[in-house]
Amino acid sequence: MAEGVSALSNGLRAYGLIAAMWMRSTMTYRASFVMTAFGNFAATAFDFVAILLMFSHVDALGGYSLPEIAFLYGAAGTSFGLADLVMGSMDRLGRRVRDGTLDTLLVRPVPVLAQVAADRFALRRLGRITQGLLVLGYGLLVLDIDWTPLRVLMLPLMVLSGAVIFSAVFVVGAAFQFVAQDASEVQNSFTYGGNTLLQYPPTIFAKDLVRGVTYVVPLAFVNWLPALYVLGRPYPLDLPQWPAFLSPVVAAVCCGLAGLAWRVGLRSYRSTGS
Amino acid sequence: MRLYAVVAAGGFRRYATYRVATAAGVFTNTVFGFIMAYTYIALWDERPQLGGYDLSQALTYVWLGQALLMTCAMMGGGFEDELIERIRTGDVAIDLYRPADLQLWWLSGDLGRAAFHLLGRGIVPLVLGALVFDLALPRSPLTWIAFMVSVALGVVVSFAVRFLVALSAFWLLDGAGVMQICGLAGMFFSGMLLPLNLFPGTLGEVARALPWSSLLQIPADVFLGKHTGWGLIGAYAFQGGWALALLAAGRALQTVATRRVVVQGG
Repeated sequence: MAEGVSALSNGLRAYGLIAAMWMRSTMTYRASFVMTAFGNFAATAFDFVAILLMFSHVDALGGYSLPEIAFLYGAAGTSFGLADLVMGSMDRLGRRVRDGTLDTLLVRPVPVLAQVAADRFALRRLGRITQGLLVLGYGLLVLDIDWTPLRVLMLPLMVLSGAVIFSAVFVVGAAFQFVAQDASEVQNSFTYGGNTLLQYPPTIFAKDLVRGVTYVVPLAFVNWLPALYVLGRPYPLDLPQWPAFLSPVVAAVCCGLAGLAWRVGLRSYRSTGS
Repeated sequence: MRLYAVVAAGGFRRYATYRVATAAGVFTNTVFGFIMAYTYIALWDERPQLGGYDLSQALTYVWLGQALLMTCAMMGGGFEDELIERIRTGDVAIDLYRPADLQLWWLSGDLGRAAFHLLGRGIVPLVLGALVFDLALPRSPLTWIAFMVSVALGVVVSFAVRFLVALSAFWLLDGAGVMQICGLAGMFFSGMLLPLNLFPGTLGEVARALPWSSLLQIPADVFLGKHTGWGLIGAYAFQGGWALALLAAGRALQTVATRRVVVQGG
């Protein structure tokens, strides 16, 4: 147990050091940083513009109004943005496996996961988080929510658990790349695809799809279940309300599974020798 | 001419090498196709006949978008990263020494890439989409041919835009910013996020007049039988006009840019 804790703090420290190094290097070119951060912001903003354009034709989508969808969108976007900031570099792993540069990371006395995750730490991804928070803020401002202490508590719980669940998906995706070297796009379907999915209410999707992201890849715990609790809406699969509070538990289980997958992946790694 | 055919074949083979990546890409296109299809169903459920499409035409539009995303390089991606890198490092000097035209050389390679992406990443998502949803596939083989011509013109327009972007590296040295803006514009104004027919007022008119509408909106409308007879000629003229104008601009910029190249000895 003590060993595990020290390994974890060791990994976090290494992550911090590497991330700080990349931040310093980014800040050397300040103008470039500002531009890419803005680009990151604008890139994600276009998704929401598309939703606004949809609402220029309709008043509700799947029974949900624009502010409600903004709330879902903002919550998913912020969670995903946080995960992308912390773990978004994981999809470079496939390239490292292919060109053999992963070997360099293996010989360093620092946890490999921390090195891969912090590799080219990109502060410009704050642009995505900012965009998510703005839309979330708009949703909260316009919506008339019947606030209770539990609903208030649910907000940070939802965003943070969501970020952890997405991070776990990033790690599982990276572990898969030990096997399937140039399949980083599969990971994108679950991360970027999951984010897009969660921007819309579950009522518009087929029942089986909703079941899949509730019980198999538990993306529904990122925002659907907790957000529908805050909005006071029933969950489409006739689930009761209490699973909304399971998000942190689900997030913890996801982390455990992701850690396991990462270990199996790393063990199976064979250098290309080039 | 033979030379450019060889370069095009090389472009095709180069992308055909990455089989796992292609399979992974097909998976991604299919996942996004499903998500978008459901949002469109919700939208058309509220407003049937929105934008002049019925539901099955709207769903067809979604899957065509996934099929053409890589073919027409709507978000960018393809030769421009490499050309920008060659301009930055000065390797472009070697390209200029080749007994081939710079623009035609890269165009040939990009046509090969597009052909591979149409086969490798276009057909499977479209077929999967057609299996699950009721798509409005054209009955007449002539419509399919008309569609293919429109896609080819779209690829040339896409190339011409990206070539201009890449050449800007002669002045900017770092093309990342322009490439990002170009990718965003391509994604938004091609109609990938939402058909341009649904864009309101002036925004819609501007969006439909910009070159990017050649990448998805026009080919999709040809596929759905919205352009026939003289309308089809008009659509081709729009795409061809943009292609020629942008290629000419690229050619002019290339002439100016190559005068800037200084080959350092070493």
